[in-house]
Amino acid sequence: MYDFAYHKPTTVADAVKILSADSDARPISGGQTLLPALKHRLNKPTSVVDLSGIAELRGIKRDGNKVVIGAMTRHADVASSAEVKAAIPALAQLASTIGDNQVRNRGTIGGSVSNNDPAADYPSAVLALNATIVTSKRRIAADDFFQGMFTTALDAGELLVAVEFPIPEKAGYAKMKNPASRYVMAGAFVAKTGGQVRVAINGAAPCVFRQAEMEAALTASWSPAAVAGVVQPADDMNSDIHGSAEYRAHLVTVMAKRAVAAAG
Amino acid sequence: MPQVTLTVNGKSHTVEVEARTLLVELLREKLRLTGTHVGCDTSQCGACVVQMNGDSVKSCTTLALQAEGATVTTIEGLAKADGTLHPMQEAFREYHALQCGFCTPGMVMSAIDLVEKHPQGLSEHEIREGLEGNLCRCTGYHNIVKAIGAAQEVMHGRSATLAPAHAAE
Amino acid sequence: MNAPVVFEGIGASPKRKEDLRFLSGRGNYTDDINRPDQTYAVMLRSPHAHAAIRGIDTAAAAAMPGVVAIYTGAEMVVGSLPCGWLIHNKDGSPMNEPGHPPLAQGKVRHVGDIVAVVIAETRPQARDAAEAIAVDYEVLGAATSMAAALAPGAPLLHEGAPGNVCYDWHIGDLAVNQAAFAQAKHVVHFELVNNRLIPNAMEPRAAIGDYDRTTDQHTLYTTSQNPHVIRLLMGAFVLQIPEHKLRVVAPDVGGGFGSKIFHYAEEAIVTWAAARINRPIKWTADRTESFMSDAHGRDHVTKAKLALAADGKFLGLHVSTTANMGAYLSTFATSVPTYLSATLLAGVYTTPTIYAEVKAVFTNTVPVDAYRGAGRPEATFLLERLVDIAAKQTGIDKLELRRRNFIPADAFPYQTPVALQYDSGDYQSTLAQALKTADWDGFEARRKAAAAQGKLRGIGISTYIEACGIAPSAVAGALGARAGLYEVGAIRVHPTGSVSVLTGTHSHGQGHETTLAQLVTDRFGIPLSQVDIVHGDTDRVPFGMGTYGSRSLAVGGSAMVKAMDKIVLKARRIAAHLMEASVDDVEFDRGTFRVAGTDKTKAWGEIALTAYVPHNYPIEEIEPGLDETAFYDPKNFTYPGGCHICEVEIDPDTGAIEVINFTAVDDVGRVINPMIVEGQVQGGIAQGIGQALLETCSYDADGQLLSGSFMDYTMPRADDVGTLSVATHETLCTHNPLGVKGCGEVGAIGSPPAVINAVVDALRDYGVTHVEMPATPAKLWHIINSGRQLAAE
Repeated sequence: MYDFAYHKPTTVADAVKILSADSDARPISGGQTLLPALKHRLNKPTSVVDLSGIAELRGIKRDGNKVVIGAMTRHADVASSAEVKAAIPALAQLASTIGDNQVRNRGTIGGSVSNNDPAADYPSAVLALNATIVTSKRRIAADDFFQGMFTTALDAGELLVAVEFPIPEKAGYAKMKNPASRYVMAGAFVAKTGGQVRVAINGAAPCVFRQAEMEAALTASWSPAAVAGVVQPADDMNSDIHGSAEYRAHLVTVMAKRAVAAAG
Repeated sequence: MPQVTLTVNGKSHTVEVEARTLLVELLREKLRLTGTHVGCDTSQCGACVVQMNGDSVKSCTTLALQAEGATVTTIEGLAKADGTLHPMQEAFREYHALQCGFCTPGMVMSAIDLVEKHPQGLSEHEIREGLEGNLCRCTGYHNIVKAIGAAQEVMHGRSATLAPAHAAE
Repeated sequence: MNAPVVFEGIGASPKRKEDLRFLSGRGNYTDDINRPDQTYAVMLRSPHAHAAIRGIDTAAAAAMPGVVAIYTGAEMVVGSLPCGWLIHNKDGSPMNEPGHPPLAQGKVRHVGDIVAVVIAETRPQARDAAEAIAVDYEVLGAATSMAAALAPGAPLLHEGAPGNVCYDWHIGDLAVNQAAFAQAKHVVHFELVNNRLIPNAMEPRAAIGDYDRTTDQHTLYTTSQNPHVIRLLMGAFVLQIPEHKLRVVAPDVGGGFGSKIFHYAEEAIVTWAAARINRPIKWTADRTESFMSDAHGRDHVTKAKLALAADGKFLGLHVSTTANMGAYLSTFATSVPTYLSATLLAGVYTTPTIYAEVKAVFTNTVPVDAYRGAGRPEATFLLERLVDIAAKQTGIDKLELRRRNFIPADAFPYQTPVALQYDSGDYQSTLAQALKTADWDGFEARRKAAAAQGKLRGIGISTYIEACGIAPSAVAGALGARAGLYEVGAIRVHPTGSVSVLTGTHSHGQGHETTLAQLVTDRFGIPLSQVDIVHGDTDRVPFGMGTYGSRSLAVGGSAMVKAMDKIVLKARRIAAHLMEASVDDVEFDRGTFRVAGTDKTKAWGEIALTAYVPHNYPIEEIEPGLDETAFYDPKNFTYPGGCHICEVEIDPDTGAIEVINFTAVDDVGRVINPMIVEGQVQGGIAQGIGQALLETCSYDADGQLLSGSFMDYTMPRADDVGTLSVATHETLCTHNPLGVKGCGEVGAIGSPPAVINAVVDALRDYGVTHVEMPATPAKLWHIINSGRQLAAE
């Protein structure tokens, strides 16, 4: 790891000030992705801005027909939250399967969503549940947020503050893990919210995406059988030593089927 | 150089560190608590697991400065002052759940957190899944899983003493 | 009332003596050691698989904060890292043996080859400086696979190895073999890849060089399975340091599995450089370095054919293997595919003629050497898959085919056609016991139940043999071994009767501190707490060959028995003097010396004290003291064997595979500590399941490691393995005093073919005869999917 200056601001405004002033400064939340990258010297930030001192970024609250989760809320907290379990059990279940126990004890929703790793779990829930990303300066719809591999709509110096999840009628998540890393090889988050069906696929492609054909099929008939016949084209799927594009494309359908079954 | 103040195994320390210093480097190199190990650089092996503020964390994926004000327990801090082992340590010994001993400190710290967070008890399957963040190359996990299963009974007060291994003999 | 005496001798399972320190964070691994005024080394490694070094500019790096010294191959001109086994070609000529300099001399030959060492006050400073070294590489074409290395016009790794061939060796009588095939009713052909593995002991390698200028004394602390061997190889061949000036300490070592047998460049570099800078130097690998510098394992490509008579009797076996050596010859690399693999091709069967040829090939990859089982897993996998395929081809039941060809229990000693003579075994019994434990007969019902849930269930078996405790020295020497294969045990009885054992073996997870102490407890009748095992330090232990090849008990334990024999003889003479009896009349049994047929006795402690306080003592006839050393050179290998049965279930939708049951019945000879034997076998099976289902090392065509971290190299986790049913069935080794055979490798040797046989069985409706390891979900799904597509067409 290269050395860096360390800051621990106590307000979002202070954090933004530091990050805006220096384009080579990096925020750190749980650090479960950033620190391994720094250890391998893949990044050389001039300073690291620790967000853990900012109380306003933490916590889960029910707000009408929404669940609002602060950026610094850890995966373990989402997984065990009574509010989340009651309102969006699929989201709590998803959080309970991110990484391992130790990752869940440090990693945060804000860090995961901001990073937009194609093999991460949360982006699928954010997209399928049509969540709103609340940042230090604006509100961004999920459809506009995830822009490509490790790329989001966040501007330099803009911090993710919270994620607002509308409460769905039904939601389910299923994934196949990469046998080595245990990150997502192919996953599907399905949700029906206000009568609208959304299906988000993660792990399989360079960026989380919505599967329109499955959404149409589930809108017509909400059942595992409805998506079973939808063939995901392999063209844009990832391919590596753990699985071909063809395999991942196939898994997309299987996981979607299982996610619908889990949603009930 | 930045300073960090934290409590490790009941003792308060204030230490100067480079900002890039990891918690595990602080423990091993500054405090000479070498029971916590480093077995990988991708946060997967779990040899470095310690408890921080009541949760198991990977000390190789935590900056020392992120532990400011924290209460940390390492493998060295588990046994009582009179040498009485923690039930999890005792179970690992009873069930031959360690061979080379290198993954053992992290495995034990991880197992304690796993059991503490599941007072209702863990099935064998849940124990295996709960160890996703810990690699062992020696044991094949069989005896580790058995040890944790036995230790949880003692830790949750369902049994006063550890069930002996090979009870049938 | 006295507390009941707990039996802690042979056959008991006392809790391990080493556990308390490991469980308390008090282990003492190499990286835990810190020497006063210590510096830190970082190795600058080649990012290219094959390149000429046109220049190295260290000036900027040398000026960076904290840098103490930087050395390259220009400064460190020393001997080559030696290869310990000379193999001869078919024509009798010796193998090609190119040099292996610790620091690259003008050329790098694999990603990870060491170009320079940077020594600084702190580890981060050394790493910062290493990045500032400018190396001018001329990138050369790389031969990453054996096929690429053997292709015409392939890039040449070493001037001294034309065609990138190390050797082309064979064993067996080809004419006799061909005659057998001419008579065969069936000939079964089989081609396979034994997948390349990365050992990944959980403790990364580390080394500390220390030097005392006033005494010219070098000390190396290192993560080694055999410190005396490192002292010999590094001292005599690389650095020219005589033994009395070189101490090698292998403290607690966090797993080895073979990968810590070998003498590595980093050991020589820190030892050499510490003397140059006159300060201690610590080097510790991070895991990324381990992946590109620890010797890898396996990596054989084999073509085999088996000749059978109409009744299924095996008539002959012909095997052609190409074996990957990597870029340089690691310490025992050359012996693995030859004398540790081809000699095992008889398996547990009476095959009358076997011919095997092995071509060893240099590639631009990390050196390949022994990994748990070393050659024997490759032989076993080939044979046990081949038998299953033969069963299918001939229509003879796979159990029946094995039974018909087993070496019968009354045929021992049994001379195989590939040099080995098996001393004992009972393959029908281990098979019968395993079939019963695994409920083989109930499998079809379980398969149907699984099918009703949409799952594909399969069962597989392997009946295997292996060879441990490689020996005797004279025979191994005649075959090319450049080392002795004996072991050393010294028994030091202290004046109060407690015992220190100095053993040349080394424990890195095997539990020697307990098992070896049990031998002493059993013989001398003193509690286990009165016995300590000393190992891993060339200044404390007279000599030794270390721990590998499941040899510690069979060879090291036998040396201890010899030393204990000497102790008992001397102690009986002292007791005879004290009891005024003839030594021939003095019996010794677990702590008590007795004049036969009388109630005159002396206790162990009295004799020990008398030996050191020789007031009433036959000083003219016997020296004082009770301290004996023995060297034991075995007469033969030992031959553990057994039967492994695996049951798997595959989810056809995803290819996900689960090991549902795993049963092992192993004959490891006499069991000293059943708890430890079970643990060793369980661990070996997990590695075998890892090879079969999870692990593989992959390189791209440029020689970059694709599986270069735990993100991409699948290590077995707790939820990959499942419950393992492990039992033993003893037949005793006939030629060592303990009757022991060895248990460290059986799990990794017997299990992979059982797993793959189960996978192939589960896919019985999909028309496959073989699935290459590892049988990953993606691979299985492709097989199932293409089978489905065939059915649909």
